[in-house]
Amino acid sequence: MPQRNAILGASPIRKEGRAKVLGAAQYTDDLALPDMWHGATVRSTVARGYIRNITFAHEVNWDEFCIVRASDIPGKNVIVHLMQDHPCLANGYVNHPDEPILLIAHPEKAALLRALKNIHIDYDELPGVFTIEESEAAVKALVEKNDDSRIIWPTPKADYEGGPNCFKTYEMYSGDAEKTETGLEAAFETADFIVEGEYATGAQEQLYIENNGVIAECFYTQQGEVESVCVRGSMQCPFYLVHALTLVFGLPDDKCRVIQVETGGAFGGKEDFPSVIGSHAALLAMKSKHPVKIIYDRAEDMAGTTKRHPSRTRHRTAVRKDGTLLGGTIEVTLDGGAYATLSSTVLSRATIHASGPYKWPHLRVRSKAMATNLPPHGAFRGFGAPQSLFGVERHMDRIAHTLGLTPEEVRRKNFLGTGDTTATGQPLVDKVDMQHMLTRALNEAGYHEKVARFAEENKHSLIKRGVGFAAFMHGTGFTGSGERRLNSLVYLDVLEDGLPQILVSSTEFGQGTNTILSQVAAQTLNLPYEDIRLAQPDTSVVPNSGPTVASRTAMIVGKLVERASLQMLETLRLQVHLPADHTREEFIAAAKAYRAQYGTLRASARYEPPAPIFWDDEKYRGDAYPGYAWAVYVAEVAVDMRTYMATCTRFDALQEVGKVMHPVLAKGQVEGGVAQGIGYALYEKCVWKDGHLANNQMTNYIMPTSADLPPIHVHFEEVPSIHGPMGAKGIGELPMDGPAPAIMNAIENATGISFCTIPLLPEDIFERVQSLGHPHGGTEDLDPSVDRDTRVEEVSA
Amino acid sequence: MHSDVTQFDLAAPPSLQAVLKQLAAEPGKHAPIAGGTEMMVALGAGRLQQRSLLSIQHLRELRFIRVEDRLLHIGSGTTFTDIRRSAEIAKHLPLLVQSASWTGSVANQNRGTIGGNICNASPAADTPPALLAYGATVTLVSASGERTMRYVDFHLGYKKTALRPDELLHSIHVPLVFGDHRQYIRKVGTRNAQAISKIALAAVAKVEEQRLADVRLGAASLTDRPVRCSATEAVLSGASLASDALEETIRLARAALAGETHAIDDIRSTARYRGAVAGNLLEEFLRSLAG
Ligand SMILES: Cc1cc2nc3c(=O)[nH]c(=O)nc-3n(C[C@H](O)[C@H](O)[C@H](O)COP(=O)(O)OP(=O)(O)OC[C@H]3O[C@@H](n4cnc5c(N)ncnc54)[C@H](O)[C@@H]3O)c2cc1C
Repeated sequence: MPQRNAILGASPIRKEGRAKVLGAAQYTDDLALPDMWHGATVRSTVARGYIRNITFAHEVNWDEFCIVRASDIPGKNVIVHLMQDHPCLANGYVNHPDEPILLIAHPEKAALLRALKNIHIDYDELPGVFTIEESEAAVKALVEKNDDSRIIWPTPKADYEGGPNCFKTYEMYSGDAEKTETGLEAAFETADFIVEGEYATGAQEQLYIENNGVIAECFYTQQGEVESVCVRGSMQCPFYLVHALTLVFGLPDDKCRVIQVETGGAFGGKEDFPSVIGSHAALLAMKSKHPVKIIYDRAEDMAGTTKRHPSRTRHRTAVRKDGTLLGGTIEVTLDGGAYATLSSTVLSRATIHASGPYKWPHLRVRSKAMATNLPPHGAFRGFGAPQSLFGVERHMDRIAHTLGLTPEEVRRKNFLGTGDTTATGQPLVDKVDMQHMLTRALNEAGYHEKVARFAEENKHSLIKRGVGFAAFMHGTGFTGSGERRLNSLVYLDVLEDGLPQILVSSTEFGQGTNTILSQVAAQTLNLPYEDIRLAQPDTSVVPNSGPTVASRTAMIVGKLVERASLQMLETLRLQVHLPADHTREEFIAAAKAYRAQYGTLRASARYEPPAPIFWDDEKYRGDAYPGYAWAVYVAEVAVDMRTYMATCTRFDALQEVGKVMHPVLAKGQVEGGVAQGIGYALYEKCVWKDGHLANNQMTNYIMPTSADLPPIHVHFEEVPSIHGPMGAKGIGELPMDGPAPAIMNAIENATGISFCTIPLLPEDIFERVQSLGHPHGGTEDLDPSVDRDTRVEEVSA
Repeated sequence: MHSDVTQFDLAAPPSLQAVLKQLAAEPGKHAPIAGGTEMMVALGAGRLQQRSLLSIQHLRELRFIRVEDRLLHIGSGTTFTDIRRSAEIAKHLPLLVQSASWTGSVANQNRGTIGGNICNASPAADTPPALLAYGATVTLVSASGERTMRYVDFHLGYKKTALRPDELLHSIHVPLVFGDHRQYIRKVGTRNAQAISKIALAAVAKVEEQRLADVRLGAASLTDRPVRCSATEAVLSGASLASDALEETIRLARAALAGETHAIDDIRSTARYRGAVAGNLLEEFLRSLAG
């Protein structure tokens, strides 16, 4: 029997790598259509209020411009995500700064600049709410004083389920609700310790290299009616934009065509937002009767598009003095910004991940997503999990310090293992060995030796060193019944030359979709990797394999590609006698023979769970995810007490992600995620001024550079999962979850100070050290059960 | 891009004389552009006021490093990369090399000039603290002649310099008298590269029999312009570093520095942080001298 080619698990060069390296790859702004115009967006300059008046100054000849207002929208004035609260263009009322009000287009891009300066909008301003706390206070004022002056959502007052200023709430119990409540009561009564903590995370910008951009076309019937629209651009989820366009234009799906072109990074920032810019460009194309390109520049992109949801997580935990968790309550609150967008699903993931990789005899998680007058927050790698995992992993260290145990002891007492059930009641059937993962990660990092050595060295140094870690998991794929609802479909064709082409709506944006799906097909079809091609994601050509989000591409879509490939082989073996263990030549010959006989050859596969998955959306219980990736991350830090700067000096990332499909790409995913996580923890702060992002340039939004990043050591354990192709699980988001809590735990180890709010900038460390009265910090022993975090967040002008 | 480039003129006169002539003919109408690493940012952000730019980047007359009369002369068109590669500067002015090395990125250093760095007159710029500590002088030229002044008098206020509209910065001169001085510089930026200073301190001093002499301190972001910390220098002049006096010397120096600090809260940091860290850097310098 000839040796099967081992393509999965090897690291072939990326499918589109050559074109990118040679500069041949065409991004949206490299493209031009004949007679194309350029579009721009007129945005609100206030956070909340009624639009009183719009004036167009006489200096500009407005006849040359195409101007689109809300009243020009042929269908619904809405950007549909999960609800229909988000206007495509503000109509009389604005709910956040930088909200789109008008669209303009002109043949010359430079003309737009002058035009934008000559449109003046007056507002009757209303008071805004800019933090979770302000939004909650507004609800309190409504309830207690019937004062609705700061109820900012829903507008107009609709009957959405979350209620005033609240997009969505969840309540999740580790078992039957009533029994759990009784259990909790008993747990708190009998506990040796009750440990409370509050943990907060900030907004974060995705900072893809290529800003958002699209080109739209509109086609008319002979009667002058809009027949169809077509948008091409930089995006993750072409079918999301199709859905948005069908509402804005009142057209059926097949009249709204979307084509993804080469996309320069996304990180979730091009999941929901292209529905906005894509609809805008299409409206301008409709009215101007020209193709219209809109490309944001960095400042506009940073100020006007989505960020990661800021969060606050509160823990109250009953523990035995040996560290065993007896019960707990967790409250997770997200700041969703001005419209609901994807907040409810981000909240869902935050809720489910809030328990961490631990056994909770009794647990209640309550969560809510609040409205504020910030631009809507949206998808960003991790999607709620980094927020609530930050809470639980800081809290585990707090419990350890309160009990006088080590962070390691507390976690070892409570880790989930094979056969246990998660907080949602999901039995862990696949092998899970967090005990071993922890042992290995701490060894790789030299953790124990460092804890001892740093404790000595720190006594005599103004540079305080420390180590800390976080243990966590990330669910792969859509939550609960989500994958079944998505009902993803994949095609595999054989083209004229007898070689295959994969058709999916899954997109490449730098992470490796094209490469890994080709590996799966090549491996399964026993063909060289180079022979596999992918059709451009064009919704008029490819089937809907679902959005490229939620770490689902490798496991879910990969599995479908595997199944389609198997099906194709079976067809060829049955119909045209392709021999078993065929050669490439035999495959081509068989494929050509089939095509000669039947015309075309297409295999397809639709999602079916490989094992039964039970999920109860009402009770929020059951199998939350088809699979989980597991990890232990160890951070080493140095805090310079002269400059109060905390630097991550070494990072060890150990994860179990099933079969590693492409070691180079997998390592890249982890390194990139860790870098982003370090930025999240120590550098990247959104400075909001009345809801407007004041630091919307890369000079002042401090993303770490390579000179700020430590050596990142990436380690894998491989435990194959039945859900993914040849055992693969998801890896995309996982690396974003662990760095922030690991780093904060390390900083506490270094300084003796417990910081519970990120981003943690030198100014925050400085203020905290000042307030503690230790000019140079020191290894003081705080009472860890008392939260002394000052949360210095304000930046004065 | 928030500017319409068609609204700008750019000319590259063949010689320094030609540039000066044009500046003199229509004072205030033209602005010199050297590496453009400041001006292009302003152009992109739509806040470049001048519409007519005269390039001086190609003028060899402004790009030189030479030692003459116990002075090191640096042409205003010298790039950060030139500075980093110069053996003369490395030998005599290590603080300047250090500050050039952490300015922006390699690409910035290849284009950006020391003249642009000081004429742009940002209080946070990287080379001024070193030049201030080294007691530099500067020569300004115009069609009607040239004048030389102490660099410390060049900065008049926030982004205000002694340059007249018809003048260019020609060169910078540093006396080569620091062979026996102890030297210190530290930048506290927002990150380790591509960072604007939150605070920076450059210091030189002589130590004679445990006493300080000829102390010179230059700082960034301590006030609205790059400054010499003369009150602190005065306190430190003759101060003792002996172990029984060191703590008092540090205390007095920190107090003096705090007295001449007028730091601000801005998008990058806070006044409180800047003030405290400036004191910590000064203390670090003094302890290194005593140690
Ligand atoms: C990404 C980035 C990072 C940066 N990082 C740093 C940093 O870390 N530290 C730092 O200090 N700066 C930094 N800068 C700012 C800039 O690079 C420096 O200030 C540089 O020295 C400017 O020099 P230039 O030759 O490019 O100036 P230009 O942009 O050409 O000119 C700047 C100003 O000086 C005037 N000027 C220039 N030469 C003369 C002359 N001979 N006579 C009179 N006027 C003159 C110009 O008219 C203009 O007003 C950064 C800039 C960028 C874009």
